[in-house]
Amino acid sequence: MIGDEPTGFGASPSFFELVRAGGPVSAAPTSGGDPVRVEPPHGTTVLALKYTDGVVMAGDRRAVEGYTIADRRMDKVFPTDDHSAVAIAGVAAQAIELVRLFQTELEHYEKVEGERLSLEGKANRLAQMLRAWMPMVMQGLVVVPLFAGYDLRRGEGRIFRYDVIGGRYEELEYHANGSGGTHAKGSMKKRFRVGLSRGDAIQVAVEGLLDASEEDTATGGPDPIRGIYPSVFVLTASGVDEVPVEEVKAAYEAVLQHRQGEGGA
Amino acid sequence: MAMPFYVPPEQLMKDRSDYARKGIARGKPVVALEYADGILFIADNTSTHLHKLSEIYDRIAFAGVGKFSEFENLRIAGVRLADIRGYSYGREDVTAKSLANAYSQALSNVFTQEMKPYEIEILVAQVGESNEESELFHILFDGSVTDEEGFVVMGGESETLAEQLRQGYQEGLDLEAAMRLGVQTLSASDPTVADPARIEAAVLDRTRKRRKFRRFTDDEIRPLLG
Repeated sequence: MIGDEPTGFGASPSFFELVRAGGPVSAAPTSGGDPVRVEPPHGTTVLALKYTDGVVMAGDRRAVEGYTIADRRMDKVFPTDDHSAVAIAGVAAQAIELVRLFQTELEHYEKVEGERLSLEGKANRLAQMLRAWMPMVMQGLVVVPLFAGYDLRRGEGRIFRYDVIGGRYEELEYHANGSGGTHAKGSMKKRFRVGLSRGDAIQVAVEGLLDASEEDTATGGPDPIRGIYPSVFVLTASGVDEVPVEEVKAAYEAVLQHRQGEGGA
Repeated sequence: MAMPFYVPPEQLMKDRSDYARKGIARGKPVVALEYADGILFIADNTSTHLHKLSEIYDRIAFAGVGKFSEFENLRIAGVRLADIRGYSYGREDVTAKSLANAYSQALSNVFTQEMKPYEIEILVAQVGESNEESELFHILFDGSVTDEEGFVVMGGESETLAEQLRQGYQEGLDLEAAMRLGVQTLSASDPTVADPARIEAAVLDRTRKRRKFRRFTDDEIRPLLG
């Protein structure tokens, strides 16, 4: 039967192996070929930080093609199941496909096995999928995910970052990825404390993205006229919830007010 | 050279059917019935790990009676088919109808070509926006499919139990009433069944978000048994 375990014993719970084994869609084309110079849309800054109840994950909304803004409302943070989410930076098309595949992978495992993967298992699985993505990376189609989730067995939120070739590293406090990632990380470094409240953590996340947008042209800042604000998610024991836009707006205004008080930054 | 005995095809098929029917009747029954918010499934199942009721896709559930290894195999094949469909096309494009067709083909092939037929019956159910749009496909060991209305009973003395259920069934029962009726039906063949540890229950609840399937824990079943 298709998709059986390589050991020839038991049914494989992996959707990724199933589609790679010659299903109707080939998940990651393995053909090499000559690199083609294409300039696909890129997603930019995403970040995650821990707080007292779990993890806050956020991303700006801009996608760029060279110097052109390709999309003002792109979502870069995706819940992958009830207790985890992926935030993506890099080539948008590849990233979105990777997320879709990863979401199906987690649900498929859960249905076949009758229970959920551990957070550790999910993080490892994402690393393996990135490794299988290598041929695309060699063609310049780089995807760098940031993975976070609430570990129900340990009772805490955890953050994992990856490199382009599938290296997996756990971050204990916060991390940011993408073209504005360095600036966001610098910003969070100054504001992060252990045991932040939900409200404070959201503010640190929003400020990190604001700082990145001020330094990096590929990162979009808040757009009050169109009502576009960063997408922010909280991951806790009770699940993955998107923070309402009013709350994100309020956090952004609080940051601005603070800066005005200081005479501008 | 010894001549093989001639067995008329009618006899061959009848023997196979009898064999499968006997196996299925030995198994413990499952009932499925529509209630106000969707479809309720109840199984007489002493095992807490080997499920007879399970999720296939967002709106679709699977129930099996008979030999566990045989319907488990089909269940996994169904999850694979559904996930591949949903990934290649769209989530709404995964339907109980196409799954029922695939199951029907598979069971029919096994029935005619394999050494022995599968001793199972399965149910593929899909919850719709209203009960009129819900679908219950009951598939037999030989691949024949029936599209049922309102309720289905499979396994055990299913005909007697179905008659029992028909008397108490009405449209739009609430969850508690549906649960009571389902358990009462199962109790008709074995009075000791009304025990949360023996009851496996799940719903396709249309009021839930994307994934409509939900399995009840023993603690959730206890108050529903009244």
